[in-house]
Amino acid sequence: MSNRSSLGSKLVASPYIVWSVLFIIAPLIFVVYYSFTDASGAFTFENITALSKYTPTFLRSIWFGIVATIICLIIAFPLAYIISQKTEKVQRTMVMLVMLPMWMSFLIRTYSWMALLQDTGIINNLLGKIGIDPIHMINTEGAVILGMVYNFLPYMIMPIYSVMAKLDYSMVEACQDLGGNRLTVVRRCIIPMSMPGIVSGITMVFVPSVSTFYISQKLGGGSFDLIGDVIERQFQQSYNYNLGAALSLVLMVLILISMAVMNRFTGDEEGVVI
Amino acid sequence: MKAASKIYTFLVFLFLYAPILVMILFSFNSSSSTSVFAGFSLDWYKALLEDEATLRSLYNTIILAVCSSVIATVLGTAAAVGIDKFKKGPVRAGVMATTNIPMTNPEIVTGISMMLLFVFVGRLLSKDAVLGFGTMLIAHVTFNLPYVILNVLPKLRQTDRNLSEAAQDLGCRPVMAFFKVVLPSIMPGIITGMIMAFTLSLDDFIISYFTSGPGFQTLPIAIFSMTKKRVKPDMYALSALIFVSILVLLILYNVAQSKSEEKTKKK
Repeated sequence: MSNRSSLGSKLVASPYIVWSVLFIIAPLIFVVYYSFTDASGAFTFENITALSKYTPTFLRSIWFGIVATIICLIIAFPLAYIISQKTEKVQRTMVMLVMLPMWMSFLIRTYSWMALLQDTGIINNLLGKIGIDPIHMINTEGAVILGMVYNFLPYMIMPIYSVMAKLDYSMVEACQDLGGNRLTVVRRCIIPMSMPGIVSGITMVFVPSVSTFYISQKLGGGSFDLIGDVIERQFQQSYNYNLGAALSLVLMVLILISMAVMNRFTGDEEGVVI
Repeated sequence: MKAASKIYTFLVFLFLYAPILVMILFSFNSSSSTSVFAGFSLDWYKALLEDEATLRSLYNTIILAVCSSVIATVLGTAAAVGIDKFKKGPVRAGVMATTNIPMTNPEIVTGISMMLLFVFVGRLLSKDAVLGFGTMLIAHVTFNLPYVILNVLPKLRQTDRNLSEAAQDLGCRPVMAFFKVVLPSIMPGIITGMIMAFTLSLDDFIISYFTSGPGFQTLPIAIFSMTKKRVKPDMYALSALIFVSILVLLILYNVAQSKSEEKTKKK
């Protein structure tokens, strides 16, 4: 290809690059700026030193996020595979069915889970009818994690499915011809080839799980404060933007570190695709 | 194995749809309880028609989702095409790292970072109420862009570059080769990206929550202020209506698609 057309096609990325400097990079600079200043704008470390009392909250958020992500992966991988094996028409319908719940506000779906999980709620009513004692579900750790898995599961299914749908099945057949049993084929062939989808699925589930603030309030009943809850209060209740910015800065750094660790394990995404 | 995979699929979909079924059931409840079904009524649907604030916020939500997903798809697809041509090196790595920020960054951080920017710029322009439709649109396009780019880029990589060159050898100009050869093969990625952008925007509460002003309220924000106290079942009625209309649209779309496929097969 000539250099000129190559330059031209590079240039089509420029509007996006300008946009990303203005609305991705610049806002983050403001987070750093607010983290290291006080309400009057003077430089201070106070916001950072005040963070130590939030360590348990940070740890709880990360733990819940990891558990929710693992559960999502375990549920999503077989389903994505099942969908990718159907005829094109059925695939389309099933993908739509996976996406459909996302068209409804996650707030109202989470609120609806409250009605299901309550001590006198729908699930316990049904259990009572078949003679099982009510189970306490709402306001537990499990309920919060269930809320996370429920809300973010489609974000795990979709990327894994879209990679699987494009898989080169002659490779899978080759693997079978070479004597691989079902498990070997999945482990040595399908999982490595679906890795780009798995990696983006993990990112898309882990990040919102760690930073959520609504699910924990509704399904955890306020007894499992997550880091998102603390940040939200700084901005919408106590109007301490500076402390809120410092908390966000730490949350951001924590997530970047965990992503870097994950990429070490899964390899460079760009390399895997080719 | 077949039966096992059917049961598995059923259970996952039951999980995904349980709260939605509950919501639809209780939108027909004659009492305002959301856990005990007292009897069938259409009262909440009538209440909804008179609830102007809710209908207004529904309208706002749709306008915002359409505008932001279209802008993000155009901007994002162009960006992906450009990025794909970048050689591996610091520039490409920098652009990709920046693209990943809104995805790897928690939504709440994106929300507050943009809020801080808007508030700061607002102060510079000495405007009191900067937060509104404009700021929300900027915010939604920004968080939609990476989803478009990251859906299109892998498709571009899977596309055989020789095809585009072959088209040019056969007399296509590069732009035409792009529209005739590259675009159709990356279309699934563009569509997935756009659908994702639209759904994310429709459902987004967290970033909207921090970048919206009193003048422009979307449905999630209206619902949030309601769930602080108690959700009126007319919100359930609205959600049920949204669900059914989207379901109908999707069925129609699927039928149309498979009909057009049959036609092309006959030819």
